[in-house]
Amino acid sequence: MPSIYVDHAATTPLSPAAFKAFTFQLQELGNPSSLHTHGRAARKALEDAREAIAGQVGCLPSEVIFTASGTEANNIALKGMWWNGKAQGKKVVVISAVEHHAILDPAHWLETQEGAEVIQVPVGVDGVIDLDFLKDLIARRSGEIAVISIMHSNNETGVIQPIEEVVAMAENIPVHTDAVQSFKKVPLSYQELGVTALTLSAHKVGGPLGIGALILRRAYEIPALLHGGGQEREIRSGTLNAPSIVAFSAAATEKYPSAEVQNLRDNFIQAIHQAIPDAYVNGEASRRLPGIVNVTFPGTQSDTLLLLLDNAHVSASTGSACSAGVHEASHVLLAMGHTEATAQSSLRFSFGAASTQADVDFVMSVLPDVIRTGRAAHLK
Amino acid sequence: MKLIAAMSGGVDSAVAAARAVEAGHEVIGVHLALAANPQKYRSGARGCCTIEDSHDARRAADVIGIPFYIWDMAEEFHDGVVEDFLAEYSAGRTPNPCLRCNEKIKFAAVLDRARAMGYDGVVTGHYARTEIGPHGKTLHRAVDHSKDQSYVLSVLTVEQINGAIFPLGDTTKVDIRAEAERRGLAVAQKPDSHDICFVPSGDNAGWLRDRLGSEVGPIVDQDGNKIGEHKGAYTYTIGQRKGLGVTVPTADGSPRFVLKIEPVTNTVVVGAREDLAITTMHGERPVWCGPAVTSEGKRGFVQVRAHGAALPCTYFFDGTLLVASLDEPLLGLATGQAMVIYDGDRVVGSATICETQ
Repeated sequence: MPSIYVDHAATTPLSPAAFKAFTFQLQELGNPSSLHTHGRAARKALEDAREAIAGQVGCLPSEVIFTASGTEANNIALKGMWWNGKAQGKKVVVISAVEHHAILDPAHWLETQEGAEVIQVPVGVDGVIDLDFLKDLIARRSGEIAVISIMHSNNETGVIQPIEEVVAMAENIPVHTDAVQSFKKVPLSYQELGVTALTLSAHKVGGPLGIGALILRRAYEIPALLHGGGQEREIRSGTLNAPSIVAFSAAATEKYPSAEVQNLRDNFIQAIHQAIPDAYVNGEASRRLPGIVNVTFPGTQSDTLLLLLDNAHVSASTGSACSAGVHEASHVLLAMGHTEATAQSSLRFSFGAASTQADVDFVMSVLPDVIRTGRAAHLK
Repeated sequence: MKLIAAMSGGVDSAVAAARAVEAGHEVIGVHLALAANPQKYRSGARGCCTIEDSHDARRAADVIGIPFYIWDMAEEFHDGVVEDFLAEYSAGRTPNPCLRCNEKIKFAAVLDRARAMGYDGVVTGHYARTEIGPHGKTLHRAVDHSKDQSYVLSVLTVEQINGAIFPLGDTTKVDIRAEAERRGLAVAQKPDSHDICFVPSGDNAGWLRDRLGSEVGPIVDQDGNKIGEHKGAYTYTIGQRKGLGVTVPTADGSPRFVLKIEPVTNTVVVGAREDLAITTMHGERPVWCGPAVTSEGKRGFVQVRAHGAALPCTYFFDGTLLVASLDEPLLGLATGQAMVIYDGDRVVGSATICETQ
């Protein structure tokens, strides 16, 4: 039997509209940067897509820079904004303790290779950043801070961060936010947030893999990581990927059923509380994305649970990074006060536009047994 | 049966998993991550559990068409195998870590977890056989004697043997490689692993020196006369002849051999070749792979190295120690090694050599 998919935060099915747009554009000849008829036709489709995506995220079309992934957009933003700051003698990078590795790792790289000082804003047990810490930091060192990068919502727990307040505190310091998980799931407006840069990824919203975007304020110049043909404001060279971009746009302009997904999530949480009383949801009291649930099952080990769930036809995840295929204890959960052991006893279930109550029911039909067996496998 | 195939990323475990699937079992592949900080790549025949090995294992599982997972056993491996290895060397003995890994990891931690998860046993690519006979399921040598690994499996109890599946025991290594090729497994020509997997440099003495220090001590002859100095007694092995660092030659120019390592006084005792000869060995912590050995002397064979000869002997169990008396003297036997008793090709049991005469 096919497995039930509850890992939509990892990637979610390509929407039919995106598939149609993608396959159509794949058959269209023309480099969007060419000046002839073929090139102009491809450019037209691409710029239509750019405008549609800009409309969805509340920015100007010229503020959309297409990249090959959310990771690439994060790298361009963090490194570029840091280099801009460094040129003015500012060497501090401020990030949160719960960032995705696509921010954590470039920050670490800036620290070891470029001489940056990286400061992590801690989070509370609720998973929300400590605004007092940030306020105090800015009060003391605002002249030294090159960039602040705080994710819009967390990919493991779904907890939403107060970006408006971060921007208000930051005043003139440029702020970047990784909004990969938030886009289309919760209200998100680049203009209203007031950030300098914001990251998007297509495959989290029903678009294809391998396409993302950096939303970067008009006329804000930033050094490039890739040099070449000068596409995308000379910030991201490389032949424009018209099929992926039009498919991204097709997916991004579809309605995401937030209320329905949230309803499924809440039914799922309620069922877990009933069936497995000692399980707890991380960040349960916080404002969260509609589709992500992170649950700790005390006395288990997540890699065993994933194997058992997979065997029972459920595709879930820990949401955290792997090192040599071994799940590391999630830095997100550790930052929220977990121990190594409890962090390693946690799973992420994430629902998407195509999820149904039948999916929730199926997962709940196998989960209590999986937890029981998982506990037995870890009794020393 | 529902089985867990331990997949190292090598050719043997890949073919073993494929054969188990073909035999009609429900199989999942598991790669054991044993190193806390794995290396990215393998260097030749050295090391295992590199990231490259786990990729090879995953690829083999995908080609075979079975689910694949990685189990983190780094802590268990460190505590049960690496620490034991260091402790044995610091006590002047020569341990065999592969044996310890089978005893404590593959057929203990992994088998226990497998059973708790509802699986019936563990499949590995070891060259050994099992048979069902009057004594139940028993452990036997592989058909390919040059590849036989029954020695390093001799620490398995009957209970563990019952949960072990060795699909390769009836085939030669050459044929396994050919079979891997036929099955489209990319690891068909991957070099065999040798040496100690957690010493990726292959420099065991250097690795030990880094961890146990290199305290200088005396090298003495059998009369206690100091004839040289060593840098860490544990880097010597009984029977070793080369690189002793002895500065005083023997009267007749005959070579000297390491006879004894005394950890407490950090002394290495050397002497003539004939002084290495032993005829009796005693082993502690015996494990029986079938019916228990009794105090009644029995004829059989004892093997003291992974690929050593099977030496004719009489053996018995005195209630504490397993004792084997050799028909012919043996030169250079290190304590800490396993003595494995065979009845023909059946593994009777094993013990850790603690005393020789």
